Amino acid sequence: MKNNNVMGVVFANVHDDLIRELTEVRSMASVPFGGRYRMIDFPLSNLVNAGVSKVGVIPKYNYHSLMDHLGSGKPWDLDRKSGGLSILPPYLTSDVDVDAGHIDSLNTVMSYLRGSKEKYIVMCDADVVGNIDISKMLDAHFESKADITIAYKNGPLPKSKNDIMSFEMDKDGRINKIRIPENFGVTCDFSLDVVVMERVLLMDLVKTAREENMSRRWRDVISSRIDQLKIYGYAVKEFAWVIDGTESYANANFALLNPKVRAELFASDRPIYTKNRDDVPTRYGLNSKVTNSLIADGCVIEGEVNNCIIFRGVRVEEGASLSNCIIMQDSVIRRAADLKFVITDKNTEITEGRALCGAPTHYMSIRKSAKV
Amino acid sequence: MKKTECVAMLLAGGQGSRLGVLTQKIAKPAVPYGGKYRIIDFPLSNCINSGIETVGVLTQYQPLELNDYIGSGKPWDLDRLSGGVHVLPPYQKIEGADWYKGTANAIYQNIPFIERYDPEYVLILSGDHIYKMDYSEMLQRHKETGADCTIAVLEVSLEEASRFGIMNANPDGTIYEFEEKPANPKSNLASMGIYIFNWQILRKYLEQDEKDPASSNDFGKNIIPTMLAAGEKLVTYPFSDYWKDVGTIDSLWESNLDLLNPKVELDLSDPKWRIYSRTPSAPPQYIADTAEVQNSLVTEGCNVYGKVDFSILFDNVTVEAGAEVRDSLIMPGAVIKSGASVQYAIIAENVVVEGGATVGERPENVSNLDDWGIAVVGADLLVGKNASVSAKAMVTESVKEGEKV
Repeated sequence: MKNNNVMGVVFANVHDDLIRELTEVRSMASVPFGGRYRMIDFPLSNLVNAGVSKVGVIPKYNYHSLMDHLGSGKPWDLDRKSGGLSILPPYLTSDVDVDAGHIDSLNTVMSYLRGSKEKYIVMCDADVVGNIDISKMLDAHFESKADITIAYKNGPLPKSKNDIMSFEMDKDGRINKIRIPENFGVTCDFSLDVVVMERVLLMDLVKTAREENMSRRWRDVISSRIDQLKIYGYAVKEFAWVIDGTESYANANFALLNPKVRAELFASDRPIYTKNRDDVPTRYGLNSKVTNSLIADGCVIEGEVNNCIIFRGVRVEEGASLSNCIIMQDSVIRRAADLKFVITDKNTEITEGRALCGAPTHYMSIRKSAKV
Repeated sequence: MKKTECVAMLLAGGQGSRLGVLTQKIAKPAVPYGGKYRIIDFPLSNCINSGIETVGVLTQYQPLELNDYIGSGKPWDLDRLSGGVHVLPPYQKIEGADWYKGTANAIYQNIPFIERYDPEYVLILSGDHIYKMDYSEMLQRHKETGADCTIAVLEVSLEEASRFGIMNANPDGTIYEFEEKPANPKSNLASMGIYIFNWQILRKYLEQDEKDPASSNDFGKNIIPTMLAAGEKLVTYPFSDYWKDVGTIDSLWESNLDLLNPKVELDLSDPKWRIYSRTPSAPPQYIADTAEVQNSLVTEGCNVYGKVDFSILFDNVTVEAGAEVRDSLIMPGAVIKSGASVQYAIIAENVVVEGGATVGERPENVSNLDDWGIAVVGADLLVGKNASVSAKAMVTESVKEGEKV
C-alpha cells in the first residue's frame, strides 16, 4: 500500500571518484550495473517497494545521463500527481560547497524538505547495490521508538573517503559508538547509509550543523548527538554491496552469477525496476558457446562468452572470445577479438582480432564510445 | 474534442478456437509470441509507429488478461491526452445488450466511440497476425486513389489462395470482385483483414447492414460484397513483407521459429520500427556452466542450466541441468526439470515438466507422418515425472506421473 507518511531522498553523487573510469561521463547513480540496471534503480526500487511514492533525487554534477535515465519517474511508478519524483540539482549560492558532504546537499534542498508534509524521511546513497526491505526497516524504527535508524551490514569494511561509519551496538541494537575505522577490509558492522528519521529532526540536524559550523560530514553530525538521540542499527542480512572501487564494482557485478545473490537481489515480491528499452530477446547463434554468464536482452551472441556480464544490445561476433568481462550496452565485439578482465563502457567497438587483457585485481577499462 | 484524421479499430474479440488450450483462458491476441511479445503488440506497435494514436480495441472473449495487458496503453505510448488506446467490450444499452455478433456489428455497436473523434477515416485491424506495416502509407494510397475503401492484400500461392478471402482486381488496383475461400481462385491477392474506410461511407453501410436480419454482420461476408455491388470504389493496397496468420498451432509455432531463420524478413530489432510490449521487471538471463544454448532466443528472467537448441524461451523460464529443449516454444514462467525432454512442442505459461518426462517427438522418429504434429501443454499444468506426451497431443489437464498421453 502507498505509504503517505514517508518520503525518500537519494544522493546521486556518492564516492564518484572511487570509480573514475565510469563516472567521468556520469554520476554514481547512473553507473550501469548488472546487465540492465543503473545504480539508482536499487535505492529507488527499495523506496517504491516500501510504498514510498515521493522521492527527491539530489545530484551535484555530471547528471545529464541521470536525468535521461529518470525521465518522469514512470519505470518506478513515480510519475505521480501528488509527490512522485523530484530531481533537485544544486541551487548554488556562495556558501554552498557541492563537494562537501550530505549536510550541504540537504541544505540546498531545505525548501523541498520544508514544503513536504510526510512525517518520516528515508535517505539512501546511490553507491549501494542491494534489495533492502525498507518497510521492514520502518517497522523496526517504529518498534524501537528510535529517533534515527541506520541500516548496516556485517562484513569487510569498504574503502571510502574516510566518511564511512562502523557501529558498536548494545544488545537491543542501539548504537552507542560510531567508529571511524582505520583499516579497510576488517570485518565490522558498517553503515549502508540508509537512514530513517523524522523529517523535522533532519531539518533541525542540518540547520544546527550549519549554524554551529560543524563538519559537513553525516558521521560527525550524527555522532555528536549519540547521547541525546536514540540511534538504532538495522541489520541487512541479504546481499548488499557498497561500490568502493573498480574491482569492487566488477566483483559486485560478478556476484550476480551466484543464484543465491540473484534470488536475494531480484526478489520477486520486491522487483528492481529500471527504464525499459524494448529490446528484442537475445539471439544465440549456431556456434555460440556461453557459460556462467548474465546476459541482457537485445544481444546477438555468436562467439564464446564465459563468466561475463553482458548488457543490453551487445553484439559478440563469431570467433570472438570473452572471459571475466563486463560489456556495457550496445558495444560490439568483432570477430576473433579476445578479451579477458575487461570492462567496456557503452557503445564501444573492439575491432577484429584485437586481444585485450586485464587482471582480476586490475581490470582494463575502455571508455564510452571508444573504438579499440 | 479535437478532430482525429484516422481512428483504428482493432478486432480482438475472437476466441481463436483453433489454438485450442492456448486460448482456453485468454483471447487470441493475448497469446505470447516471440519471447517477450503478445500477438496484439504487432498491430498496436504498427499503429503508434504509423502515427495513429487513437485505437479502440474490441474485446469479447476472455477479456480479463487482455484488458490487464493493455492497461493505460503506456508500453505502446498510447496513453494520450486525446485519443490513446481504449478497450471496448460490448455494453448494455437502453434497448438491451448484445454480444458482438460479427466483425461489422462490433464496429456498429461502437459508432458513438468513433464519432467522438469525428474522423475522416477508420482503419480496421485484427489481432491475429504477425507483421510490420506502415498504415500511414496505406492511408496515403487511400487518399491518392480516392477510394471509399482500401484493402491490404498479400500475394499468396494459388494453392493457398483457396484458404483466404481473394480480391479480384483490375491492373490499377480497383477491386471488381471478392471471393471468400474460392475453390478455383481467379487471383492470388489475399485479403489481410486490414481495411481503411471513409468513415461516413462505412457508417452508412454498417447501419444498412444492421437492418438486414439475414446478414451475419461480417466485413468479409457482408460489408465488402455489398459495397462492391453498390459500385463503391474499393482499391487494393499490395503488401509484400512478412505477414503470418497465427491462428493455428502449426502456424503459431512456425511463425515464432521464423524469428530464428536468417532468411525470413521479420526484423524485430529495427530501431525505427520497434515492437513494444508490456514486460515484467526481471533480471537478465543467466546461462550456467552446464548450459548449451544455440540458435535460440532467450529473454529476461530465464535461468538456463540445460540444453536449448532452435527454441524460444519466454521470460522467467527455467531449464534445469540435464533437461533438453529443442525446436520448441517455452512460454513465460515454465519450468523444465532435470532429465526432461521437450521437442517440437509449445509449453504454455507456468507449466512444470517434471524430471524424466518427455513432451513431443521429432518427426523423423514417427512412423506415420500424419500422426506427427506439435505437442501443446496448456497453461498452469503439470507434466508428471517420467510421463510422456506424444506428438500432436493437446494437453488440457495435468499428466500424472508415468502416464502416457
